[in-house]
Amino acid sequence: MIEAKALTKIFEIKKGDDIPAVVDLNLSIAQGEVFGFLGPNGAGKTTTVRMLTSLIGPTSGQAWVNGFEVGKEDQEIRRNVGVLTEHPGLYERLSAFKNLMIYANLHDVESAEKQVEKYLHMLGLWSRRDDPAGSFSKGMRQKLAIARALLHEPQALFLDEPTSGLDPEAARLVRSFIEELGDQGRTIFLCTHNLNEADRLCNRIGIFKSRLIAVDTPANLRQEIYGRKVVFHLRALDPAWKKLIGTIEGVRDVQLVDQKIVVGMEDPEGLNPKIIRLLVENGADLLFVGELRHSLEDIYLQTLEEEGVIKDEL
Amino acid sequence: MNFKSIRTIIDKEWAEVFKNRMVLFTMIFMPLIFTVLPLVMLYFTGQEMGDMGGVGTADVPAEFLSACSSDMTGAECMQVYLVNQFLLLFMMVPVIIPVTIAAYSIVGEKTTHSLEPLLATPISTFELLVGKSLAASLPAIIVGWISFGLFVAALPLLGVTKSVINYIAGPTWLLAIIIAGPLMAIASVNLTIFVSSRVNDPRTAEQISTLFLLPILGLLFAQLAGVIVINVMVMLSFIGGMILVDIGMVYLGTSIFQRENILTRWK
Repeated sequence: MIEAKALTKIFEIKKGDDIPAVVDLNLSIAQGEVFGFLGPNGAGKTTTVRMLTSLIGPTSGQAWVNGFEVGKEDQEIRRNVGVLTEHPGLYERLSAFKNLMIYANLHDVESAEKQVEKYLHMLGLWSRRDDPAGSFSKGMRQKLAIARALLHEPQALFLDEPTSGLDPEAARLVRSFIEELGDQGRTIFLCTHNLNEADRLCNRIGIFKSRLIAVDTPANLRQEIYGRKVVFHLRALDPAWKKLIGTIEGVRDVQLVDQKIVVGMEDPEGLNPKIIRLLVENGADLLFVGELRHSLEDIYLQTLEEEGVIKDEL
Repeated sequence: MNFKSIRTIIDKEWAEVFKNRMVLFTMIFMPLIFTVLPLVMLYFTGQEMGDMGGVGTADVPAEFLSACSSDMTGAECMQVYLVNQFLLLFMMVPVIIPVTIAAYSIVGEKTTHSLEPLLATPISTFELLVGKSLAASLPAIIVGWISFGLFVAALPLLGVTKSVINYIAGPTWLLAIIIAGPLMAIASVNLTIFVSSRVNDPRTAEQISTLFLLPILGLLFAQLAGVIVINVMVMLSFIGGMILVDIGMVYLGTSIFQRENILTRWK
C-alpha cells in the first residue's frame, strides 16, 4: 500500500550547503495498517509525508502509494490519498460547507453536496455548516480539515499531528475518529508527537530522525529494548530473595525496589509460577504480580538516546 | 487541462476575496474616480466652450496636433488633448485591481497555510496558476471595460461633440482598453505572484507590485511634457512591448509557482 525504497531528500540551501532531511528510508506499510511515524521536531517527518503524497519530489530512491509511483504518477497519488496537513489551512472567510465543496469539486467527487453533507453530519458540524470556518474552535477546525481529507474516500490517509494543540476532549474525539477510520480498513500514516496516542492507535511504529531508527509493533519494541519484566509486590522484603530468584534458570536480572522485586526474563508465563512458589516457600507475603509495562515515551527516548540523537541535540 | 478545477479555483477566489473590504473598495472606488474625473473635466470644459471660442489649434501643444483630426475646432482639439491624459488612468485599472486581488489571495493563502492542502489535491500547478490569474485579472478587465463603456455612454449626455467622442471611441483608446489593459493585467498578476512568494503581508506585496505602474506614469509624464503623444503607433508599440513583458512575467510566475518551490522555498 505504501512502500519506500532508499527514499532520500536533500535540500540544497546554498551551493555546497546541503541538508539531508530524509536518508535512505525503507518502509512497507500494509493495507489497513495504522502506522505511527515518530520523531523529534525537524526530524523530516513532514518532508516524508510531502514526498509520499507527491507534493515534493525525492532526491533519490523510489516510493509507491496505492501502487502508484511517486514522481511518475503524482496526480494519481494525489487523487488517491487524503492529507491532513500540520495546519488545518481552511478558508476562514468561507463557510464550512463551502470549504468542503471546493475540495469535493477539486477531487471531482460525484454527488459532491451529498458527500459534504455526510461528513459534516459524521463529524458533528452540520448545524454550523453555514458559519465561516474562521469562527470555529481549534477542535472544530481540525474536524473540518479531517472531513476535507476524507471527502474523496481515499484508501490511504496521511495525518500530520492531528491532535496537536487540541484540548483533551477535542483530541479524544479526533482520536476516536481515527480509530474508526482504521477499523474501516484504511491505511493511515500518522505523524505525531503524542506517544500515548501512537501507542493506542498504531499497529506499528517507526522512530525516525532523518533515517528510520526503529520500526516494529509497540509490544515488540518494548521487548527489544527492555525485555519483559515482572513486578512482585510483597508485604515485606527480604534481600536474600534476590539471590534466590537469580538462581532460577531463565531469569535475566533481579532488582529490589521498595517493597517490590522486579525480575527481568524472557518467558514470564513459564517462570512466574516457579518464582511465586519460591517466594511463598521462603515466607513471602505476595500481594500481587504484574508485568512492568514501559511507556512508548520510554521506548522513544531510549531509542533516540541510543542513536545519540538526544545527546546531539542537548 | 481540467476546466472544472480552474472554475472551482476562480469560484473560491472570488468567494473569498470579495469578502475583503480592501479589495472591494479598490474594485469599486478606484474605477469610479477614474471614470468620473474625466467626465467632470469634459463637462466643465464643455461649459466653457463659449469662452473657449477663441481657442485655436495654435493653443494646443504642437506635438499633439497630429492627434487631432482636421475637422476638429481648436477647442475640441484642446478637449481631446486634456482627456487623453485620462486614458492612462483607465490603463491603471487593470494593473491596480489584479495586484490587490492577487496579493490578498496568495499572501492570504500563505499566512493561513491553505496552499498546502490545495496543492495536495489532483489539480496541476498550471491549472492553479491559471485559476488564480483569471480570478485576479478578469474582474479588473471587466471593471475596466465597464468603466470605459460608462464613460463613453455619458459623453453625449454631457454635450461632448461628436468629433471628440469619435476620437475617444477611436482606435487609440480601444487598443488601450481592449488589448493593452488585459496584457497589463496578466503581467501585474505574475509580478504579484513573484512578489507574494517573498513577503508575508498583502499590503507589502501590493505596494511592491504597484511599481508596475511606473511605466504608465512615465507615459503620462512624457505626454504632459510633450515628449510623446499617445496615438495608435505609440499604443501599438506599447502593446508589442507588453507582449514581451508578459512572456517574461508568465515565465517568471510559472517558474516560481511550482509545488516544491511553494512548500520549501516561499518565505
